[in-house]
Amino acid sequence: MNELEYTYAVARIRVLEAALLSDSVMDQLLACKDEEQCLQLLSEKGWGDAECGNDIEAILKREEEKTWEVIHDAAPDLSVFDVMSYPKLYHNLKAAIKEVCTEVKNENIFYDDCLVPGQEMLSIVENKAFERLPGQMGTVAKEAYETLLQTRDGQLCDVIVDRAALEAIYRAGKESTEKIIQTYAESTVALADIKIAVRAQKTGKSLDFMKRAMAECDSVNVDRLAAAALSGAEALREYLAGTVYAEGAQALEESPSVFERWCDNRMIEAVKPQKYNSFSAGPLVAYLLARENEIKTVRMILTGKQNEFPDEMIRERIRKMYV
Amino acid sequence: MDKLGIVYALLGAALAVLLAGAGSAIGVGIAGQAASGVVSEDPGKFAKVLIMQLLPGTQGLYGLIIGFVTLSKVGLLGGGVQDVPVQTGLMILGACLPIGIVGLISARAQGKTAAAAIGIVAKKPEQFGKAMLFPAMVETYAILALLISFLAVSNIQI
Repeated sequence: MNELEYTYAVARIRVLEAALLSDSVMDQLLACKDEEQCLQLLSEKGWGDAECGNDIEAILKREEEKTWEVIHDAAPDLSVFDVMSYPKLYHNLKAAIKEVCTEVKNENIFYDDCLVPGQEMLSIVENKAFERLPGQMGTVAKEAYETLLQTRDGQLCDVIVDRAALEAIYRAGKESTEKIIQTYAESTVALADIKIAVRAQKTGKSLDFMKRAMAECDSVNVDRLAAAALSGAEALREYLAGTVYAEGAQALEESPSVFERWCDNRMIEAVKPQKYNSFSAGPLVAYLLARENEIKTVRMILTGKQNEFPDEMIRERIRKMYV
Repeated sequence: MDKLGIVYALLGAALAVLLAGAGSAIGVGIAGQAASGVVSEDPGKFAKVLIMQLLPGTQGLYGLIIGFVTLSKVGLLGGGVQDVPVQTGLMILGACLPIGIVGLISARAQGKTAAAAIGIVAKKPEQFGKAMLFPAMVETYAILALLISFLAVSNIQI
């Protein structure tokens, strides 16, 4: 698509970028003495709406909806953003399979703002109509469903679906002509592989488990990553130090939460040049990621305040903002 | 053959108006999309973004001026069409091309720059003055082309 087609949408996003929360607003939120003060500050910044009241989850959900409403309204080609909703789409699949197999009903566990909304996904899994799922998702859904039924191993089911999600993101990145989608896909898959390696190393998982969970990507060699994780934390850091994710190795040395924060910060840093791009889908994708990052950080601060965690503990988890 | 001179001269006038006008339409259209994006979120910035949107419109006016001068030169506006030798007709056609071609290219480029400058106004409206300078820079080259086309058409003797 001609990049000039995005001129209107990018201009709209430029106005909305001015309302994004900055690092200093995050500091103000952190300085609030309790959750109520935080909500008041967020309300002043335009978060939530009249229906949300002081319900934190409702406010955060509304903010997510607002972001997608703008994208749906302004973007000339929504298929560009499909890849951004893959995590939600595959989450819906996991949730539906578990709900059907365990026959335990849960409320509010589905996302509705993705290609296959919750109730539709539930109906597909209940009727085993996996062919109605897009792309190669049907095969994965069938495999995960049968695995859970036969083994009753929820983690194995998660691993199958999560890996399929990563592979779908990677494929979408390769097929996309948008540079930012390619960057997003590569970073998402590589960082997910690294997170799997870190957690598997800490919990002593086998090489087979890691290889089953990790998806191939260009910037990380999954065989070497898994082998390094099997050898220990030091070997894992050494391997990462030789990749483009060298700073992640330093973050790992500090703490797991610093590492998680580094993963998110890296993604934001990767999309920051889009602030100066006036055309193409780049600024829209960057805005979506910035909003996700912002909402995630606000959720962490509010959860910390609710549970009266020390400020330092919350601060360690605060992500860098886009603006 | 004796009428070919006037045909060339009129072709020059048409190209000046057509190319420069088309460029302006494209440029104003691009800037207009950006302006609409800003106003849809913040109607208070209407006046500022409207000025930005108008900047690529000048090339069309320059083309019109050259077209007008050309028509006047060959006597079409006064009612008495002059006999224009083929060589002179070709000279007039050549003289009209700078504003036609430069107008087309510069208006499109100015439209894109204006759209980017509208992005500045969207985020930092207090920087409106600086933001306006960027698309205004592109105008320089349209003015240079206008100057050459004007001097050339005016000084060709029929």
